[in-house]
Amino acid sequence: MATSSERSPPPFPDSEEQDVLDTEEVANRATDDDDDDGEDLFLSPTNQSLAEMEPTLPPTSQNSDFLIQPPIDIMSDPLIDPIISPEENKPAAEVVSEPSDDFVDLTNNGTDSPDDTGTADSTKDTSEIPLDEPSDEFFDILGSESGAPQEEVVVADVTVEASKSEDTDPPLDDETGSKVEQAKETSTDPIINITGDLPASDTQQPPTTNKIADPLLDLFSDTPAVDAKKPIQPIPDLFEDEGSDLFTEPRQTKPAKQPQKSLFGEPDEDLFAEPLGATSKKTISQEPKTVTPKPSGDGGDKGANQREPADIFTEEAVITAPTVSKTPGATSKTNGVHSEEDTDIFAEATVELSLDSPHNERKKDMTAKPSASAPSLAAAAAAASLTKPQSAALEELEEEEEEEEEDDKFEINVSVTNPEKIGDGMNAYMAYKVSTETTLPMFRTKTFTVRRRFSDFLGLYEKLSEKHGPNGFIVPPPPEKSILGMTKVKVGKEDSSSTDFVERRRGALERYLQRVVNHPSLIQDPDVREFLEREELPRAVNTQALSGAGFLKMINKATDAVSKMTIKMNESDVWFEEKLQEVEAADQLFRKLHTLVESLVVHRKELSLNTASFAKSAAMLGSAEDNTALSRALSQLAEVEDKMEQLHQEQAANDTFSFAELIADFIRLLGAVRGSFDHRMKAWQRWQDAQSMLQKKRETEAKLLWANKPDKLQLAKEEIVEWEAKVTQYERDFERVSATVRKEVIRFEKERTKNFKRQIIKYMESLLQSQQQVMKYWEAFLPEAKAIA
Amino acid sequence: MTTLDDSNKEKIRSVSVDLNNDASLLIDIPDALCERDKVKFTVHTKTTLSSFQKPEFSVPRQHEDFIWLHDTLVETEDYAGLIIPPAPPKPDFEGPREKMHKLGEGEATMTKEEYTKMKQELEAEYLAVFKKTVQVHEIFLQRLSSHPILNKDRNFQIFLEYDQDLSVRRKNAKEMFGGFFKNMVKSADEVLISGVKEVDDFFEQEKTFLLDYYSKIKDSTAKAEKMTRSHKNIADDYIRISSLMYQQKITRILIYTHIVVTMSFVSLQKVEGRVASDQELKLTELLRYYMRDIQAAKDLLYRRARALADYENSNKALDKARLKSKDIPQAEEHQQQCLQKFDKLSESGKKELTSFKGRRVVAFRKNLIEMAELEIKHAKVRSSIQLYYICFIMCTNELQYAWGICKILCEQI
Repeated sequence: MATSSERSPPPFPDSEEQDVLDTEEVANRATDDDDDDGEDLFLSPTNQSLAEMEPTLPPTSQNSDFLIQPPIDIMSDPLIDPIISPEENKPAAEVVSEPSDDFVDLTNNGTDSPDDTGTADSTKDTSEIPLDEPSDEFFDILGSESGAPQEEVVVADVTVEASKSEDTDPPLDDETGSKVEQAKETSTDPIINITGDLPASDTQQPPTTNKIADPLLDLFSDTPAVDAKKPIQPIPDLFEDEGSDLFTEPRQTKPAKQPQKSLFGEPDEDLFAEPLGATSKKTISQEPKTVTPKPSGDGGDKGANQREPADIFTEEAVITAPTVSKTPGATSKTNGVHSEEDTDIFAEATVELSLDSPHNERKKDMTAKPSASAPSLAAAAAAASLTKPQSAALEELEEEEEEEEEDDKFEINVSVTNPEKIGDGMNAYMAYKVSTETTLPMFRTKTFTVRRRFSDFLGLYEKLSEKHGPNGFIVPPPPEKSILGMTKVKVGKEDSSSTDFVERRRGALERYLQRVVNHPSLIQDPDVREFLEREELPRAVNTQALSGAGFLKMINKATDAVSKMTIKMNESDVWFEEKLQEVEAADQLFRKLHTLVESLVVHRKELSLNTASFAKSAAMLGSAEDNTALSRALSQLAEVEDKMEQLHQEQAANDTFSFAELIADFIRLLGAVRGSFDHRMKAWQRWQDAQSMLQKKRETEAKLLWANKPDKLQLAKEEIVEWEAKVTQYERDFERVSATVRKEVIRFEKERTKNFKRQIIKYMESLLQSQQQVMKYWEAFLPEAKAIA
Repeated sequence: MTTLDDSNKEKIRSVSVDLNNDASLLIDIPDALCERDKVKFTVHTKTTLSSFQKPEFSVPRQHEDFIWLHDTLVETEDYAGLIIPPAPPKPDFEGPREKMHKLGEGEATMTKEEYTKMKQELEAEYLAVFKKTVQVHEIFLQRLSSHPILNKDRNFQIFLEYDQDLSVRRKNAKEMFGGFFKNMVKSADEVLISGVKEVDDFFEQEKTFLLDYYSKIKDSTAKAEKMTRSHKNIADDYIRISSLMYQQKITRILIYTHIVVTMSFVSLQKVEGRVASDQELKLTELLRYYMRDIQAAKDLLYRRARALADYENSNKALDKARLKSKDIPQAEEHQQQCLQKFDKLSESGKKELTSFKGRRVVAFRKNLIEMAELEIKHAKVRSSIQLYYICFIMCTNELQYAWGICKILCEQI
């Protein structure tokens, strides 16, 4: 444990440190870092991978405070990046021409970053964070760009103090020339490293800055080696995410140069800076160890965990390398690490990064060159991406198990009680008391209660599905509006069927709300909060469309559209294809099951009625019987049957509430799952449409070119650019939706399983109890029967 | 075509009739053959009575032969004072047969698994009905054989001994109508003679009791039938649910859910069916049989009341004759005859009714005890299965393992 933990720390510290840099002072940082590092060491290996894989998940593991922020982060960055990366990497390697995606990323990041940094800070304080880090890193980087590059510099300086900041500076100045060289070196180096040792690579890198070269080499060497040896999932992910981003971003940097720098600069800073902090304060001894892993990583002794960290380093280092000017600093640091002067070196690195920003423009130029080195990275990333899908699924599963445990911490509990009829006649409606108990900080108080009517629930669903449906979320559906049932209630007959109806609906609404609030993303929605908290809710309109026939029509339309689209869509992902089939099969199965259970309920009710009438008639028979003992026995029998009738009735209620309703819910949810698949397909469709549109535009351009109409040609070109952007945008959307759907489906499975297990056990327990009652009754009856003389 | 032999014959009598197991005449139906509408019973007799030619013999008999025997006994004047054991009900395989037919029609819509399962259940049901039919016929004969007077009846002995087909003439339409008409007359007569003042408190009481009891037990029987039917429906639902779940291809997405549901219903299914059939056997059949028996007792009362009415009429006729001083000896003779007949009827009727009462109480006792015991047993089995099941569900997370166990459970229960 000791060794692994020591090695692992670097990656995390980095991210955290970044955060620290942004928000906190250096001094504080040092102390914080120490704490963080220690924890991170242990947490990092698993957490990191998790976080990267499933950005949305992190919230669960974290404290309630963090819950709010993570989702956002997840949504914006990680998802997008990983998805894009595989495809982008290759193109990047070949040509730098495709800038659009990257832009998007940058922009997204930029917007998100403020939040992220905030979250990061909070996470730091708590020091639990691990999951967020990957995402945070990005954000932080971005955030730092916009937020406070200068501050960072200062910080860096502070930390660096021990080390020589001057050393770092020169590399920056080296600029293009050196960069070019480096680029060349880097491109060549990887190969060398793979084959040879780190030292060898070091020697080879004579150019302007030895340091730069070395770290680069090391980094490169590590990564390939790792890949070759083990396609560990975490690693692939790291590669994809960061590698791709890095590459892509450089290109993007043209539009937004500063961000670039910050991106590059920060990663370095963080990575190195943290070690610094950690090493300096905690123990120097640790650092050497942590550092050493990188070079030795090739040796292969390290466990998976160790490697991950190493990879992270390498990746980031790699990133820096292609981008250039910073890398020198970074590399120098790594070298320093080797030499065990770690702290200083690291400090330098950070400084350098901050300094780099001015030179960003040069770097941009360089980006083209780095692309040469990119191939190797791209290849690695591609390889990683190949392994990713399966590993992702696995990890997701694992994560979910963890999530399950953490669910308990998820402190919100909603109950729907006291259905009450308000108003008279056809304008009457049912109002329900919605009470919430929570420890989530996002709510003002711990407990609160509001009154909501049925249409409010529908309105909430409508809002949520509008907002989150297209993103591939499975929005829990509320119970359907039932005109028949409600009319009965409205008419005001207090018969059993209407109370039964109200109770059923109440239960369904409660489960619906619970599902909503237990969804890590949906609970973040302001509408949900408003629904739970606000005293007066604006009357939900247009819920009519959701009701009865309207609802059915909508569903039919949707299914039609789906079936149409399914024909068109050639599913690229087997996983989705299989899942969709499974969902459909399950839907059918459970529909059948539902009808059977309904008939079971009917029969049970019948039985209870018949038993009651038999009990009565047995009592009569007993009274008619002239043999006293037999008469007694018969009236006892009547009593037993009476009790049995009660049991049957209870059982019927149980059948209904814990079983039939459970299945009905389930069917509804399956519909929602299908809905999310539909949304995914729609996204795909949009993407395809955009692609064909682009194709058309290109054709017209070609025609125009041929026709030699330069004025129109320009327009056409612009259009092409526009559509290219759209295509990439849509593609990204599609990938994002896919990822969300995938995650949601897995979450759904997990939730359902848990839920079902619980419910079924409850159901069986009720059966068991009633059986025991039956036993008791008959046992009491037996002596009576025996007493008949 | 179904055969039933000793080995698989249910040992528990559906209805216990307190038979004094007289070794001198033992009758059973070891075998029966069902072809289309006809059921051929093999009636096996073992006797030490000298009135029979052989000590042991078997003859083939049909349901109609039983009816014939019953009718001849009822029509015999000498037995007017006896409770003639109720004729066995006509074998009714319509229920299961219809279901089987339906099943055949619905075969296309069902999966193979479901079909075979349903078919098995139906076959079991059919077999149960068949056994029950054989039993009621057997019981009819046994009651005759154990009756001190009826077992000496010539027709009964012919029924037992004649080794050819009795080839009883089927009732033709006229006779059927006649029977119906007779019934009408009888019930009208009953109403008429109900006005006759009862001379004997015992019979007066007995009459009100039986009338009351009959209506009650009729009601109870109908209710019990309904109850068992709905119980069977539930059992059917369980079967359908479990076979639906069982045969379905398991999808990864719901594997756990699936297993959980399947197991729960598989564990419920068979026990529930048994509960239903035991209830049917112990309770409904008992009530049904005694409903018929009470009808027979009522018939006895009717015959006695008829005799009483005859006697009173003859008294009136005697009075008239005396008034007219004409045909007095004739009328006196007639009056004497009627009185004798009535007295004889009253005497044997009293005996019969008392023994009937004792028999009924014993039968009820036995059946109720058995039913209670069975209910307890089933409840125990069910709850232990459910308990195991719950423990199992709670403890295991290994899906494949769970599914394996589930399958084993399915096979074994």
